[in-house]
Amino acid sequence: MKTTPDNSGDVRLSGISKTYGSFTAVHPLDLTVPEGSFFALLGASGCGKTTTLRMIAGLEEPSTGTVCLGDQDVTYLQPYKRPVNTVFQSYALFPHLDIFENVAFGLRRRGIKSVKKQVEEMLELVQLGEQARKKPHQLSGGQQQRVAVARALINHPKVLLLDEPLGALDLKLRRQMQLELKRIQTEVGITFVHVTHDQEEAMTMADTVAVMNAGRVEQLGAPTELYENPQTTFVANFLGTSNLIEAEVDTSNGDDIVLKAGGGKLVLPAERCSAPATAGGKVLVGIRPEKIALTHADDAGEIPAGRNRLNGKIADASFIGVSTQYVIDTPVCDEFSVYVQNVERDGRLLPGADVVLHWSPAHTFGLDAAQDIDAGTEEEVAA
Amino acid sequence: MSTLTEAPAPLAPAEPEHKPPRKRGRFTPYWLLLPGMLWLIVFFALPMIYQASTSVQTGSLEDGYKVTWHFATYWDALGEYWPQFLRSVSYAAAATVLCLLLGYPLAYLIAFRAGRWKNLIMILVIAPFFTSFLIRTLAWKTILADSGVVVHTLNSLHVLDVTSWLGWTAGDRVLATPLAVVCGLTYNFLPFMILPLYTSLERIDGRLHEAAGDLYAKPWTTFRKVTFPLSMPGVVSGTLLTFIPAAGDYVNAELLGSTDTRMIGNVIQTQFLRILDYPTAAALSFILMAGILAMVTIYIRRSGTEDLV
Repeated sequence: MKTTPDNSGDVRLSGISKTYGSFTAVHPLDLTVPEGSFFALLGASGCGKTTTLRMIAGLEEPSTGTVCLGDQDVTYLQPYKRPVNTVFQSYALFPHLDIFENVAFGLRRRGIKSVKKQVEEMLELVQLGEQARKKPHQLSGGQQQRVAVARALINHPKVLLLDEPLGALDLKLRRQMQLELKRIQTEVGITFVHVTHDQEEAMTMADTVAVMNAGRVEQLGAPTELYENPQTTFVANFLGTSNLIEAEVDTSNGDDIVLKAGGGKLVLPAERCSAPATAGGKVLVGIRPEKIALTHADDAGEIPAGRNRLNGKIADASFIGVSTQYVIDTPVCDEFSVYVQNVERDGRLLPGADVVLHWSPAHTFGLDAAQDIDAGTEEEVAA
Repeated sequence: MSTLTEAPAPLAPAEPEHKPPRKRGRFTPYWLLLPGMLWLIVFFALPMIYQASTSVQTGSLEDGYKVTWHFATYWDALGEYWPQFLRSVSYAAAATVLCLLLGYPLAYLIAFRAGRWKNLIMILVIAPFFTSFLIRTLAWKTILADSGVVVHTLNSLHVLDVTSWLGWTAGDRVLATPLAVVCGLTYNFLPFMILPLYTSLERIDGRLHEAAGDLYAKPWTTFRKVTFPLSMPGVVSGTLLTFIPAAGDYVNAELLGSTDTRMIGNVIQTQFLRILDYPTAAALSFILMAGILAMVTIYIRRSGTEDLV
C-alpha cells in the first residue's frame, strides 16, 4: 500500500491567497508539504487554516497563486478531478447510504465494479467490519469519524486532507483517535494535511506544524522546534504557555546577548533570538514555565553560577498531581508561571515566600519586542 | 443513578410535597388535545359517519331517505362513473408529473442558488395564494383563449397538431380540452409541490455536495446519487400534496374543460347539488377516498421513505 517516493504526493502552494470582498482570509502563502509527511495547520478559528485546506481540495478557488500536487498544477482543476480526498469537519457522511456504500462511493464513481474486497479491507483497517450495513446515524461519533477516514483513504489519494476531524469528539476519544490516525498514516504512508485548533493534537500527531494567525503562517517547523524556539509571541503563547518579559539589550558579543531586566542581567544565546539585538534596543525574553527552577531565597547561594536568575515572591500555588503550578510576582512581570515537578517538594515554597527563579540560558528565547506581547494567549484568542 | 435515589432517603417526608404537582400535570396534555379533538369530531368524524350512512340509504327526495344498507349503490356508481374516476387519476397524475418537472428545478434554485433572492422568489411562489383560486383559474381561460397569444403561437409552431393527434387538444383549440384542465391543475397546485421540495432540499447539508465532489462524483452524478435521494421526502410529500387535491378537484375541469373532461369531482358535485342523488354522491366520495388512500399507501411503501432520515 505504501506509495513509492516519487514526490508526486508533495503539496506545493506558491503565493496562494484568498480574499472575500475586502476581507483577506489567507495572505499570499508559500508552503511545501513533503510526500508522506503528517502536516498540521494549527491556528485559532478564523485564521485561514480551513480556507487553505479547501484551496488544496479544490473547494475554494485561490484569489492568487498556484496549488501543485507533485509536478501537476491543479489550481483550476475541479475537486472531482483531483487526486486528493477530504475528511470533512463533522464527517459529511451520506445519510441515505449505509457504511459500506459510503466507503464504496469514491470507487463506484470511478467506475470500479468489484468493490467488495477493497471496502472490506478498508473497514478492517478502521475496525468497522461489523458495521458495514448500518446507516451513519446508527454509529457513534468516533465510528463515524473512522468511516469518514475510510471513505477518503480507500481512493488512495496522493494527499489526505483532514478538516478538524476530531473536533466533535470528546477528549478521551479524541486522544484515542489521534493515535489511531497516526497509526493509519504510518501504515498507508500517504501525505496527511491536518487542520486543527488544538495545539496538543497538532504536536502529538504531526511531523511538521505550521502555526497560522490572521491569514499568515507565523512559524513552521517540527513540534519540538516550535515549542522550544518560538519565533513570534503568537507561537510562544499559542503553543503552551510562555513567560515573556521585556528586556533591554546590554551587550551582544556574538554568541550570547546580555540583557537588563528588573535590575538583573539575563543571558540569551544569540542563535535563539529571532529579533535584531542591538545594544540599547528592546527584546522580549521568553522562558517556558517548566524550564524554571524555584529555590527559596534563604538558599539562594546554592544556585549554580551561570544561570539566569530573577527574584520574586510566590503569589499562588496550585497542586495538580504531577506538578505544582506557581504564580510568582516578580519585578519584571507580576504573573510569572512556574511548573515544578513534584519530585522533592520544598515545604517552604508556599504563597508569600520569597524565592529565586533560575533557569539555564540555553532555554531562553528572544523575540521581537515590537509585537503584541499577549498575541495568542487564551484570553486574546477567545476575544 | 443509584446514589441519587438513595441519597434523599432521610428527606422522605418531603416527598409528598413533590408529588401533587406531578399528578395535576398528568392530564395537561389531554386538555391541550381537547380543542383539536373536538374540531375533528365535529367537522370530520361526524360528517364522515353521516356520509357513510347516506351512502347506504335508499329513497327519494320527496319520500325521504332511509338507511337500508343498500351497498349496491357503490357498484352502480362505480359501474357508471369509472371513466370519470380514471380520468381524474390520469389528469391528477399528469399534473403531478408536470408539477414535479417544473417545481424541482425551481425548488433547487431557491434552496441552493438563489442567494439573496431567495426570499423574493419564495414570495413569488406563494403570491398567487393572495388571489382567489377561482379568479386564478378564470385567468387561465383568458390565457388559453382561442384568439390568445398562447394558442396562436402553439398553432403556428404546429404543436397543437401533435397534441390533437395525441388527443390532448381538439383542433386548434386548447380551451375545453384535457390539456387545458391539466394546465390549470398544474398551475394551481404547483406551490404545494415547490414548498415541500424546497424544505427537504434546503435541509441537505451543503458539505454532502462537497463530499460527493471530493469523492469523484461529477455534478450530475452528485445530483443523482446524493441530492435527489436525500430530497425524496420532499418529492413524496410534494407529489401527495399535489395529487390528492388534484384528483378530487372539479373547479379546473368545470372552468377550463368541457363535458368530455369531466372529472369525478364534477360528478360528485352534480350529484349532490343538481341531481340531489345523495346516496350516489356519498358513495362516489367514499370510493374516491378509498381509491386515493390505497394508491397513496402503495406509493409510500414503494418509495420507501420510512428509511430516510
